[in-house]
Order: sequence, then C-alpha cells, then structure tokens
Amino acid sequence: MTKKTGTFRVKSGLAQMLKGGVIMDVVNAAQARVAEKAGAVAVMALERVPSDIRADGGVARMSDPKMIKEIQKAVTIPVMAKCRIGHFVEAQVLEALEVDYIDESEVLTPADEQFHIDKTKFKAPFVCGAKDLGQALRRIQEGAAMIRTKGEAGSGNIVEAVRHIRTVRSEIDDIQKLFKSGNTRKLKEKAAEYRVSYELVLQTAKLGKLPVVNFAAGGIATPADAALCMQLGVDGVFVGSGIFKSADPKKRAKAIVDAVAHFTDAKKIAAVSENMGEAMKGQEILKLETRYSNRGQ
Amino acid sequence: MQALRVGVLAFHGDVAEHVRATEEAGKHLKRALHVILVRTKDDLRGLDALIIPGGESTTLQKLCEREGMFGPMKRIKNIFGTCAGAILLAKTVRNKEKDQRTLGLMDIEVERNAYGRQTESFEKRIQTTLGKIDATFIRAPKIVKVGTDVEILAKDGNEILACEEAKGNKYYLALCFHPELTTTKFHEYFLSRI
Repeated sequence: MTKKTGTFRVKSGLAQMLKGGVIMDVVNAAQARVAEKAGAVAVMALERVPSDIRADGGVARMSDPKMIKEIQKAVTIPVMAKCRIGHFVEAQVLEALEVDYIDESEVLTPADEQFHIDKTKFKAPFVCGAKDLGQALRRIQEGAAMIRTKGEAGSGNIVEAVRHIRTVRSEIDDIQKLFKSGNTRKLKEKAAEYRVSYELVLQTAKLGKLPVVNFAAGGIATPADAALCMQLGVDGVFVGSGIFKSADPKKRAKAIVDAVAHFTDAKKIAAVSENMGEAMKGQEILKLETRYSNRGQ
Repeated sequence: MQALRVGVLAFHGDVAEHVRATEEAGKHLKRALHVILVRTKDDLRGLDALIIPGGESTTLQKLCEREGMFGPMKRIKNIFGTCAGAILLAKTVRNKEKDQRTLGLMDIEVERNAYGRQTESFEKRIQTTLGKIDATFIRAPKIVKVGTDVEILAKDGNEILACEEAKGNKYYLALCFHPELTTTKFHEYFLSRI
C-alpha cells in the first residue's frame, strides 16, 4: 500500500489541527521564537508586517528565502509564508522551500488581476483571504484548503474582520435555508452568482459552514479582539502587526493565545488583558489609502 | 449503567472531530456517554477518560501547564492521544522544542515531525489489530521505541504507528495518525477498554 501525499484530506487536515490556535506574523527568527514560546500554533514568515507595508508603500513581494529558512530552523511549529495573488512561481518557490502552508495574500501586491493560482496543482496547502461567501467558495474551488476572512490587514482596526465574518455567516445561513426548503433552483442560481459548482454550494449549505477551516484575520490587536472573532464562530485567528507593533510583544502574544484558548471565559480574558502596555496604533478604515481587502475577487 | 464521562482536551486542535468520533463510537457500542470539553482543572474532575487531540504539542503543553492541569491529568485513569496527544503521553521525546515537557505517562519514545514538513504528510491504508483503516499522517511523529509492557496495535514495516499500555488501573492508547478523520474504530476500542 502506497503513501499518498498532497491529497486534499492531508492539506485540509493540517488546518484542522491548527483550529483554536493563533498564527502570528513574524519577520525574523527571534520573533518566531517569541511566538512559539507564547503558544502560537504556527508562524507566518514575512519581510514586513502589514502595517509597515502600508507605511512603506511600493510593491510588496514574497519574502527572501533565506529569511524563511532561518525561521524554519528557529522553530518546530509549522511555518507559513505569503505569495502574491496569482503569482504561481512564487508559490512554486515556497513549495520548494517546504513551507507548511502558502498564503496567497492580498497583503502583497497582486501579480494577476484576473486569475488566482490553481492550487490543485500543488502539494503544499494554501490559505486564501475572502470577504464574502462567493470569494471563499471560489478560492476553495481553486483548491484552497483553508480560508481566512480578510479583515483589513495592518489597520489595527477590527471592524472589517467582523464585517467579513458576519457576511460569510449570513450568506451561509441564506443558502442553508434554501437547502432546507428544498429550493434547488435558487441554490443553482447562487452557484451561478458565485461562479462555483452547484456541488460546492450544496455541500456548504448542507454543512451550514464552509467545508474547510476558517480563521479570522486583519486588524486583531487585543486579546478581546481575538476572542470576539472566536465568539463570532471562526476556528482560530491570524495576528499580523498587532503583536510585534505593540509595546510588549511577548506579553501580548501570550495574552492573545490565552484569550483564544479560553474565548468564552470573560474573567480569563480580563486577567490576561491586564497591564499589557499599549496596543498598536490603529487607523480609521476610511482614512486608509489602500484597502487590501478589495484585492483579489 | 451510568454514562461514561469522557473529556476531550479542547483548547486547540481537531477537537470537534474527536467529539464527533467519540459520540458515534458510543452509539455503535450502545454506551451512554457524556462528552466534556476540557479547558480547566475543574473540567477534569470526575472524568473516566480523557482524549488528547491532534494539534501542536508545544501549544497544548503550555496551555495545560498555565492552567495547572498536568498534575490532575496524570491521575486520569484512561487517556487516548492522537499525534500531538501521543507526544504528550510519551516519556521521551526527540526533536523537542527547548522547554518542551510531556505528561510522561507511557513508556514510549516519540520523534516529533519525524517524516518532515507538511509536504511529506500523507494518507495510507494500514493494517491494525482492529482491521484495515485509512490513516492520515499530518506532520506526524514516529514511535521509535516502546517499553516491554507496551502492546503494539499497528505497524508499517518497522514503524510503530499505534500502541497501548495498561499498568495497574491505568490505560493509555497512543496513535501517530488521526483516526478521528476517517474511522470510529479506535474510539470504540478505547471506550470498550474503560
């Protein structure tokens, strides 16, 4: 009997093992160790956190392979890395580096305005951003094994993350109602509207949730922000700029991990939130020059 | 018969999958179960058994220790661990993170991430003492050594994939793969041993 690698079960399986966890953006080996020590379930290796990408401007690309390798050496937890939307060669490079998960991310400058990467061609699993059910299902149909609701990366503002979680939720509720009332015609119309197969819409409607693991991302800056996303029903959270742009990253990293592990326990969240020093400075969404979440439809 | 109280360590990992597999196993065995999501010391009270899911063993260890749960967990009579759970049960771990500690309950030596990174994760149909099953290995550990009192339940070539140890009134079951994703056989077996 032979081993089968790169199957969808294996790809989505890793995401299943990450549920209930916090995935942290890190830019070097030292930060990766802080994240691991705090209890992160994985790290996202990137050259600049989103708030710095915002501040610096210019084109944001895949990270230097050397930096990714250093981070892989520094920790034993999974290491993820980002490639540009549609940039399948960056993805090939990340797969060659044996990155554990590839994030086809709107935080980097898109390489293709028409096509996302055909993720079924890769052995490495992909996570992709989505701000509504149509985007989520299109990414899953392209082979994504994990979805993160986009939020607005690097903003330090949770409002978009909440909007996107709620949008996906209410759109799933809608198709679930159609399924329960046996309205096949309307479900088929939904599939056409979302530009995905009827089978995928049907599967999602039956399950009453996305058929892959769904994390929140974009703007999480405090333990309470992270727990809010969890109580809204996501499986875990990505924290980007929120940790290493705060006054005390070690303390904040651990506090966010604890808040996610105990997301319904307000006393615990109160205890870990105490005396953490300043959070990253957030921004009003309307004042942002670039809305990353509008990238990648 | 009183309902069995089975806890699933619920901080992180594939908790829902284990809960589902346990409940289904209970139905197959026609055994009344009460499945409890465990996040605190209090949740451990009065458990007949505990399941430690797949996830990151370092994260699970830290969250358990922060809650002061290691001591009470060691007193639980029946524990079933898959992947990260197997690592937490082991006395000895290779390829550890610096501060990594385990419950050290089973006389086995486990190597973390023994097959490599995620691109080496795989599915395979394997032979076990419970019959053939589809096994999923995700950044899986290997059980590289077992003590004399440890019974092997599944092997692939020289690799030990599943084993159990009964000593006194304690029973432990450790698997390198994730039965909770594909079968209820091992959950039924575990429940039947309680």
